[in-house]
Amino acid sequence: MSVKTPSKLEMILSKGHLAVTSECGPPRGSDPEAITKKAELIKDYVDAINITDNQTSMTRMCSLAACIRLKQMGLEPVLQMVTRDRNRIALQSDILGAASFDINNILCLSGDHQSFGDCAKGQNVHDIDSMQLIQTVRRMRDDGKFLGGDDIARPPRMFVGAAANPFADPFEIRVPRLAKKVNAGAEFIQTQCIYNLDKFEEWMKGVRDRGLHEKVAILAGLTPMKSAGMAKYMKNRVPGMDVPDAIVKRLSDTPKEKQADEGIKICVESIQRLKEVPGVKGFHIMAIEWEEKVPEIVEKAGLYPRPEV
Amino acid sequence: MIVGDQKPLEEIWEMIKNQKKVLVFGCNTCVAVCHTGGNKEAEILGSMLRMKAKQEGVDIDIKDSGIERQCEHEFYEKAMETLEWPDVVLSIACGVGVQFTAEKLGNKPVLPGLNTTFMGSVDSPGLFTEKCQGCGQCILAETGGICPVSRCAKRVMNGPCGGSTKGKCEINKELDCAWQLIVDRLKALGRLDDYEKLAPIKDWSNERSGGPRKIVREDLQV
Repeated sequence: MSVKTPSKLEMILSKGHLAVTSECGPPRGSDPEAITKKAELIKDYVDAINITDNQTSMTRMCSLAACIRLKQMGLEPVLQMVTRDRNRIALQSDILGAASFDINNILCLSGDHQSFGDCAKGQNVHDIDSMQLIQTVRRMRDDGKFLGGDDIARPPRMFVGAAANPFADPFEIRVPRLAKKVNAGAEFIQTQCIYNLDKFEEWMKGVRDRGLHEKVAILAGLTPMKSAGMAKYMKNRVPGMDVPDAIVKRLSDTPKEKQADEGIKICVESIQRLKEVPGVKGFHIMAIEWEEKVPEIVEKAGLYPRPEV
Repeated sequence: MIVGDQKPLEEIWEMIKNQKKVLVFGCNTCVAVCHTGGNKEAEILGSMLRMKAKQEGVDIDIKDSGIERQCEHEFYEKAMETLEWPDVVLSIACGVGVQFTAEKLGNKPVLPGLNTTFMGSVDSPGLFTEKCQGCGQCILAETGGICPVSRCAKRVMNGPCGGSTKGKCEINKELDCAWQLIVDRLKALGRLDDYEKLAPIKDWSNERSGGPRKIVREDLQV
């Protein structure tokens, strides 16, 4: 597989390695160490690090600035960008800003609704949606053109990603929706956290039936549970999340002080099983405010050391 | 039709309490259908404000009246005399009616008694839901007759987003996911294949973003 960008993530995938990515949430403040310390914890265990963009609509340090911090550490950031907060001028402008620092990966998202965050009374933008953002980046990269049609001097060279939630409804359009994202130009996919492995495998079968796994690199998303409480919260409160009762029960049946270890164990077992699913090209480990556990998960899942490319 | 929601009595009272002569002025079309701004509601609001004035011991003369539509010249003809009387008019029309009445009356204050909320339908008695945002470029033919601009909280053109759960929107479990409805309708129409057509980036210049809009029909002008 030939590569189209200088992205390390793209290179690793093109060589047939299972990729490992993780994410860091920027701080609710301006301390750069909040990002650099998290990155230090995980940098040798992952190929690229996503920086979230005002996740759950809570105002935070911007994704672009945090990505630049990673770049200055010699790491490989994935710039997450939501269409909630910026119109097409701001999106294209930030893409160029990121490209000026040779940030070579972008994840195109619509973003959680602002009512979940600290500015519930604010406007949302949604000038374009996540699929159209994928198209926008591809146009900027491949055609060297702005949406307005003018030429871009030194176009961005970004490996373009999108999210997929195999568990959202309606299930019947989950595979067509992926096809649509691939058609829009998505080159890699990071999925929603997977707890219902049966359902994920059913989705992957649909993905393979249409040959989509050969057109896009699917990284399976995983978030280790810290406790039974977290499992219940994820099950009942987080939109689009599918946590089977068996997972909640397994954690609830574990003594409180051992629940975190059990959560890690579940995560590692899931990776082991997902490694066997044809079409899964890697893992996206989102250890929310628990970054220090990423190395352990990666090691136990047999994904360490990371390949040199 | 345009749906409005009457402002809280306290807020209305704060606006009018220092006036001497107040006319509560209804609009008997859209906002009468949602029972918030019609001539009957003007009568009810008038009585409530008179009771409030009495309770507060404030001397205000409050009357009520109304016309068929506050957004067209012809309906004002018979009402101009009534509108001469008050110091201020409390219009319970939509924002269009409030502004049009203000234009008709020159320098007399016209206050809003409603919060104009949306363009919608009467789904069942007492239930009104938003159906259109007047974006100026209708895409209902592509979306199975269900509007994602007005009915999706993120106005996603290629939905649904990842927050769609059991047919409901991530922001509210009572709210239908517009894209679930679109998918269901496309399926019913035997057009589910159309789901995979990418919606083009929308031209918002015909919407609010393009500035205040107007339509000129020279054939109708006199």
